[in-house]
Amino acid sequence: MDFRAEYDPTGLRLELSGSCRMADLPALEPVLAQVRAEAPDALAVSLGKAQEFDIGPAWLLHGFLADLHGRGATVTITGELPEHFPYLDELRGREPEQAAPSAAAGPGWLVSLGQAIVERGKSWYGALVFGGQLLATTSAAVRSRKRLRIPSIVRHAYETGVQAIPIVSVIAFLISVISAYIGQQQLRPFGAEIFTVDLVAIGVLRELAVLLTAIMVAGRTGSAYAAEIGVMKLNEEVDALESMGLDPYEVLVLPRVIGLVIAMPLLTIVADFMGLAGGGILTRYLLDLPWPQFFTRLEAAIAPTTFWAGLIKAPVFGALIGLTGTLRGLQVRESSRELGRLTTVAVVQSIFLVIFADALFAMFYLQINF
Amino acid sequence: MPAPVISARDIVNRFGSQVVHDGVSFDVQRGEIFGVVGGSGSGKSVLLRTLLGLRRPDSGTVEVEGRVITAMAETELREIKRRYGVTFQHGALFTSLTLAENVALPVVEAMDLDEDALARLVELRLRMVGLPLDAAAKYPAQLSGGMVKRAALARALALDPALLFLDEPTAGLDPIAAAAFDELVLYLRNTLHLTVVMVTHDLDTLARTCDRVAVLVDRKVIVDTLPGIVDNEHPWIREYFHGARGRTVTAARKDVHGA
Repeated sequence: MDFRAEYDPTGLRLELSGSCRMADLPALEPVLAQVRAEAPDALAVSLGKAQEFDIGPAWLLHGFLADLHGRGATVTITGELPEHFPYLDELRGREPEQAAPSAAAGPGWLVSLGQAIVERGKSWYGALVFGGQLLATTSAAVRSRKRLRIPSIVRHAYETGVQAIPIVSVIAFLISVISAYIGQQQLRPFGAEIFTVDLVAIGVLRELAVLLTAIMVAGRTGSAYAAEIGVMKLNEEVDALESMGLDPYEVLVLPRVIGLVIAMPLLTIVADFMGLAGGGILTRYLLDLPWPQFFTRLEAAIAPTTFWAGLIKAPVFGALIGLTGTLRGLQVRESSRELGRLTTVAVVQSIFLVIFADALFAMFYLQINF
Repeated sequence: MPAPVISARDIVNRFGSQVVHDGVSFDVQRGEIFGVVGGSGSGKSVLLRTLLGLRRPDSGTVEVEGRVITAMAETELREIKRRYGVTFQHGALFTSLTLAENVALPVVEAMDLDEDALARLVELRLRMVGLPLDAAAKYPAQLSGGMVKRAALARALALDPALLFLDEPTAGLDPIAAAAFDELVLYLRNTLHLTVVMVTHDLDTLARTCDRVAVLVDRKVIVDTLPGIVDNEHPWIREYFHGARGRTVTAARKDVHGA
């Protein structure tokens, strides 16, 4: 195929020889654009005999010739027009030309700000509605064993808890190894190395184990809850539940939240153990400390409150993550992009809320000397 | 007899111990509208996926336009896939793109064109399937079922394929929209000389559009013209075409024979 536009003694001449398939468009289109740019008053178009034109290129040529006619240029054609032209005449004639909707000028910054504030307000209102609905559902559900959906709760506790044990163990172990290492480094110049044990034990039990477990669970379970429920919304499964007279909060949200609230403390205990193990092993070797001495120091360093301070936070974090994940899942509508966005929001907000709550707990404990 | 566009030979598809197709062979001729019919679980979708190269059969060969796709490497197969257009049962439009972006996507991925040319091509495809141009900026979630089906067809036609595969194109459409879709397929076949392979349950569509029909039954296939199929003695076929809902088909046949 050979497309070209050039001037010859008679004027501007467009030569299209050979077949033109869709794949040849990148060669055809620039030539047509070139002629359009010249805006000639007269054009000679030279086509061969019975050339094979796909519909796409034929349409572009059709439009090109129509534009020229519209501008009053004289077009002389030698050779045969593509066989599709009668069909394309009919297509073009079918309805009046509608201009594609032009992109409106973007909103000013004040409008955007206002819109963002309204969106944020709606989001909080949505969360409020969610919370209220859930409370109503919970008070109804706890009265009946069937409505509490224990098999579902067990399933979620298993998936969010038991199946997370390996990853949570590894994370807790590694984090505590790192803090033992840093702690020992800093305490050595003061000859206070032995207090590394305290550092590890208190750090793990009060803060690190529960916080890192919660962050891991937020990523793992927060996204899973949001995505599962989000896809159910896209597939109209939630509508199906409602149309059967079932309450999606009772069927979908409550079991997930309760399952996670049960799983989190148990996971935290696992993390506590693995954290103590990791930090302990490193401390033992860094300090060259025999195990009996290690355990003596450990016993002296911690009190029951050390353990409970961390563990009490676990169900609270679990509830925050479960509620955020399910809330965002229920907000999904219409498109896969929304699903992706809301899953991301679920994870990010879960992590934020967990850390925020951790800070509140820290201040609270400080006040009551716990 | 010119070479068939699609040639399937001795296709065997199995899932574990369950055999879905046991030696299925047929040809699809150029320019014909070829219907594929079968009960639920007879493997219509599996067969379609085999013809599309989305699934490699456990044995047997599929030739498309003379090339053996069952023996091809993935990259070569991708080139072949650009030569045909496919619509899926529920439209399978990309929900995060507008209608215009959906229809333009095959072109955008295949070549570099400026925006003006792309916009004109999108307009062409929308006109071809009878969609209003102001639907172009809408998202699939904002379109009605009939429009989604037409949009899917517009996207399937984006690269001017020679071969079109339609999976249950009229499922879920009201009778008016379904009839309009049938007419559209016929019109496109007649003007564009397309070959169309259509999986369908819709007896009206079969009667109106299909030149030949392949019936998947007992893990094999029976291929014939529609009148031939209707006369076939096989018990399942008799129930399918002569049951309470078979009126249209037998009436259409009477028209052909009796008119």
